[in-house]
Amino acid sequence: MDKLVAQYSRPAHQNEFYSEQEQQDLNESLPPLSLKFSMPPIDNSASFLRAMTDDHSNPSCPIKIAHGTTTLAFRFQGGIIVCTDSRATAGNWIASQTVKKVIPVSRLSRGEDKPSNDPTPGLLGTMAGGAADCQYWLRYLSQQCTLHEIRHKRRITVAAASKILANLTYAYKGYGLSMGTMLAGVTPQEGPALYYIDSDGTRLPGNLFCVGSGQTFAYGVLDANYKYEMSEQDALALGRRAILAAMHRDAYSGGFINLYHVKEEGWVHHGFDDMNPIFWKTKLDNGEFSNVTSEL
Amino acid sequence: MASLLDHSAGGQTVGYSFSQSAAAPVKQHGFYPYTDNGGSTLGITGSDFAILAGDTRSTSGYNINSRMVPKVFKIGGDEETGEGAHIILSVVGFAADGNALKERLDSVVKMYKYQHGKSMSVSACAQRLSTILYGKRFFPYYVTAILAGLDEEGKGALYSYDPVGSYEREQCRAAGAAASLIMPFLDNQVNFKNQYIPGSGEGHALQAKKAEPLPRDHVQELVRDAFTSAVERHIEVGDHLQMLIATRDGIEEVFHPLKKD
Repeated sequence: MDKLVAQYSRPAHQNEFYSEQEQQDLNESLPPLSLKFSMPPIDNSASFLRAMTDDHSNPSCPIKIAHGTTTLAFRFQGGIIVCTDSRATAGNWIASQTVKKVIPVSRLSRGEDKPSNDPTPGLLGTMAGGAADCQYWLRYLSQQCTLHEIRHKRRITVAAASKILANLTYAYKGYGLSMGTMLAGVTPQEGPALYYIDSDGTRLPGNLFCVGSGQTFAYGVLDANYKYEMSEQDALALGRRAILAAMHRDAYSGGFINLYHVKEEGWVHHGFDDMNPIFWKTKLDNGEFSNVTSEL
Repeated sequence: MASLLDHSAGGQTVGYSFSQSAAAPVKQHGFYPYTDNGGSTLGITGSDFAILAGDTRSTSGYNINSRMVPKVFKIGGDEETGEGAHIILSVVGFAADGNALKERLDSVVKMYKYQHGKSMSVSACAQRLSTILYGKRFFPYYVTAILAGLDEEGKGALYSYDPVGSYEREQCRAAGAAASLIMPFLDNQVNFKNQYIPGSGEGHALQAKKAEPLPRDHVQELVRDAFTSAVERHIEVGDHLQMLIATRDGIEEVFHPLKKD
């Protein structure tokens, strides 16, 4: 009888709030960084991984991981331009010429080409280094950003999103991850924001970044012609031209030019275009690349 | 992604009389849990079908251990007959890892059906396979996988992977020992790379030929040509050609003989 009374005499408001467990779940914005990855049964797992997969230090390594290459992003008065090549290499082998190296980080779009030209809200991430590392962790970031949106009823800032990724790469430092990524987005709190994050744990805000084996060539073109005040048309053309320069001089870059513009309402895709006709058009119409001749 | 010259994973070099540069000695590692079992796989999609094919030879170094070890599997079907499956997976590289991967994906697809009461879509399965591969990022599966089936619109879908799970949807893909022999052929014959419309212009005005989905009998001929050619020039490819074809009526299996030398 006492038990019954106790059961029904608990103050009614007790059931109206979240339980302790639920509160803890809500407060914990990130799941604990548990290592759910399978590890080799030896002491030095990092050197094992290097011996098996690092084709830079060991060209005859058995497992060749696909690598990404030239990517750039810069801020200007009309928002942020993001542009990449599309080549993936495994050693000297061109594994793919059609890689999508710009990855939307939002639950609204998985990056499939949309029929309409309306801006899509959300952030953009770029992929350089290990293709799988970038794809997997940007997918993880996308999940965290969606959860943030549900919990806080507003979109995540680029600063916060980039910090989730940087904390993650820092936690896995020394394990052999390879990624150099840029996060671009426009939020009401920050305006247009651009961050660089890499697998060492570096996280930098900035106006202009180029990442990958072709970065130096892209920087050369970008630094010479970049002005914050330039028009949208000029900015798109500059992004495309810088990637073209890198594709031309860097053997690990090539394929298609993938161009995006991030503005206040969201990002807009400006094409995935074969570099070859663009190269010849640039050369013949503008007289650039005069080092290259049509004849032998 | 073994190319022609680096198939001897142990580090011996083949075909060169001079020694490899001694300046940077390759760091030897005592723990070597992989064997390259050779062979090649290839997938092509059409408007309402997807084909995955592979040879059935299993090698270890220069030894041929078996002439009938299939590399292409039905996923999510009956244990014995494979009936009821709608997704196909090919794995090439280390056969033990390949088998383990197939078993894992198969049970995932079955559990999905039991829990949700509907079969897993190919796009969902593709992303799941990516996370399975990435789960062994620090101790990778020594495999190159290709997944195929029909998408939500009934069109042929094909996803290709690297050993640690980066993936991409494509029209065609070759993997394994003879990938470097087959893939250029596929670029030209499926995606019409470097093919132009005759008389459409002079010099740079010449129009490139647009790629479009090919009919099924034509694709099957391409697959057979790709493999008979690869057999002529690669020692790890031969014996039989196994083809699995996903259509709206289910999955068909076809075998063709290849040279046994």
